[in-house]
Amino acid sequence: MASKIDPSARYLKTHEWARIEGDEIVCGISDHAQSAMNDLVYVELPRVGATYKAGEAFGVVESVKAASDVYMPVSGTITAVNTQLESKPEIINQDPYQGGWMIRIKPDDMAEFNNLLDADAYAQLLNETEDTED
Amino acid sequence: MEPLIFELSSPGRQGVRLPESDVPCYELPSALLRERLPLPEVSQVDVTRHFTRLSQLNFAIDTTLYPLGSCTMKYNPRVNEDAARLPGFALLHPLTDADAAQGALCLMYELQTYLAEIAGFKGVSLQPAAGAQGEFTGILMMRAYHADRGDHKRTKMLIPDSAHGTNPASSAMAGLHVVEIPSDPRGNVDLAALKAQLDDTVCGLMITNPNTLGMFEEHIEEVCALVHAAGGLVYGDGANMNALLGIAKPGEIGFDVIHYNLHKTFSTPHGGGGPGSGPVAANEKLVDFLPGPIVRAVQEGEDEWRYEWHMPPKSIGRMRAFHGNFGVLVRAFTYIRVHGEAGLRAVSQHAVLNANYVQARLRDVYPFPHGERFCMHETCAQGKIAGAPSVVALDISKRLMDYGFHPPTNYFPLPKVVPEALLIEPTETESKQTLDRFCDAMLQIAEEARQNPQLLKDAPHTAPMKRLDEVKAAKELVLCCVIADD
Repeated sequence: MASKIDPSARYLKTHEWARIEGDEIVCGISDHAQSAMNDLVYVELPRVGATYKAGEAFGVVESVKAASDVYMPVSGTITAVNTQLESKPEIINQDPYQGGWMIRIKPDDMAEFNNLLDADAYAQLLNETEDTED
Repeated sequence: MEPLIFELSSPGRQGVRLPESDVPCYELPSALLRERLPLPEVSQVDVTRHFTRLSQLNFAIDTTLYPLGSCTMKYNPRVNEDAARLPGFALLHPLTDADAAQGALCLMYELQTYLAEIAGFKGVSLQPAAGAQGEFTGILMMRAYHADRGDHKRTKMLIPDSAHGTNPASSAMAGLHVVEIPSDPRGNVDLAALKAQLDDTVCGLMITNPNTLGMFEEHIEEVCALVHAAGGLVYGDGANMNALLGIAKPGEIGFDVIHYNLHKTFSTPHGGGGPGSGPVAANEKLVDFLPGPIVRAVQEGEDEWRYEWHMPPKSIGRMRAFHGNFGVLVRAFTYIRVHGEAGLRAVSQHAVLNANYVQARLRDVYPFPHGERFCMHETCAQGKIAGAPSVVALDISKRLMDYGFHPPTNYFPLPKVVPEALLIEPTETESKQTLDRFCDAMLQIAEEARQNPQLLKDAPHTAPMKRLDEVKAAKELVLCCVIADD
């Protein structure tokens, strides 16, 4: 089953997506990630104002199958979190790229965004993983 | 469906009639009295039948193969129960003076000695109440070791992605920062990823060998040496010791500390039949930090020994009141003595043989991510069937219940390590006939999945409760049944 990819976003190998919105970066988990996790039952979000380095875990998503850390696409400060997910984690399953956003980041260095995989590279990564999964 | 015992209640019904009081009555202070005490009022026969019926609704090792990977649900020999019920053990008060409990101390001393020998370590503490407490104990010992050397910057615990979930939980509970190490394509720890994390902030590595993919870590000696070279310690999760008895000693491979699960490897009751027991074994470096008191033997004559409590010099303290789950220790001691050295080795050989037999019979029909390798005591398949794209591991697990088998562990190792994992651990106690019935059922289910996937989606068909709503159960954590007032 092919997963959806938002062409306007960039991606981490660990299946987070990130998009530039104004001078901030919005981040969530990809359609592939939500589908691999299955029905989410719990989302742990960071505190607004917390700072993380790129690649550091900022939160947790948990389903009936598994719990998984979610990683920062770039270094920066959390400016907002999607509090709706605390009571309705299923939004991530239903709408991973829009309603299911997890955090907004004020990046230390916007140039770090360019280190992320673009949609084509991510599609390629998924092809490889989904092949080995079959 | 069986009603709750509260629903069987009828006002005034009694299970036991107490004799007339032959002592003066005393009025309880009103502050201690309560208006109502909502307990079920039922007769003895109601109680007996209720709980017998509930027990019959269960899948249990006494009724069926229970191939729950990484849990070693092996048969619990009844001779263990005979030993644990000997009045000298069963009725012994835990506060009895050591002088008056020499038999019990002797058993604990010998069990410490056996467990040290089996894993190749210097000392053992029997205190931890179960596996996760054993892990926590080992981590506290590692932390204490670094602190004792004045090395306070070691706050990082490295844990492979295939680890049991308790490993990161125990480390976090001990205040350490957990860093995950990925697996390589052959199911081993990725050496490059490990090396990248090795610096002077590493407290240690927690690793399970064989790992939870059922694979013996091919570079385990190198892994231990790398961690040691960085000044870290190596913790072994003993959950999978059932593959190694009499064959490989973690202490000789390079581990510094491990825990055992007596309720897995040494056949003591498990799950609802617990409690567990998670003794910790340590090498020269860590032995002084063991929780105590442990038992020490003092020679008093040629063939005369006295056993006494002893606190290791740098002990992290007590992990549990009294002396661990003593009844479980008696059962594990019995198991070791019944089998002896050759018998324990045969246990592991048969456990590994049985798992490989299942892998060989199923691997043409189910994907095995590492099926090209021999597995150890358990094998990891994927719940994916060619020609049945909608079927997932959960459907296969539920359908197995219709065939009278407890499902294997599913979705562990985690989906990111093995998608749709089915971790199968048959254990050594199952015959070829039982393994064949299980494999036949798995192959039949694959055929059903292609012909009629809905049969699997609707499974289990024969269980008293059908497919449970796991999402609702996880999100609406209601654990109490509220009984309405009459």
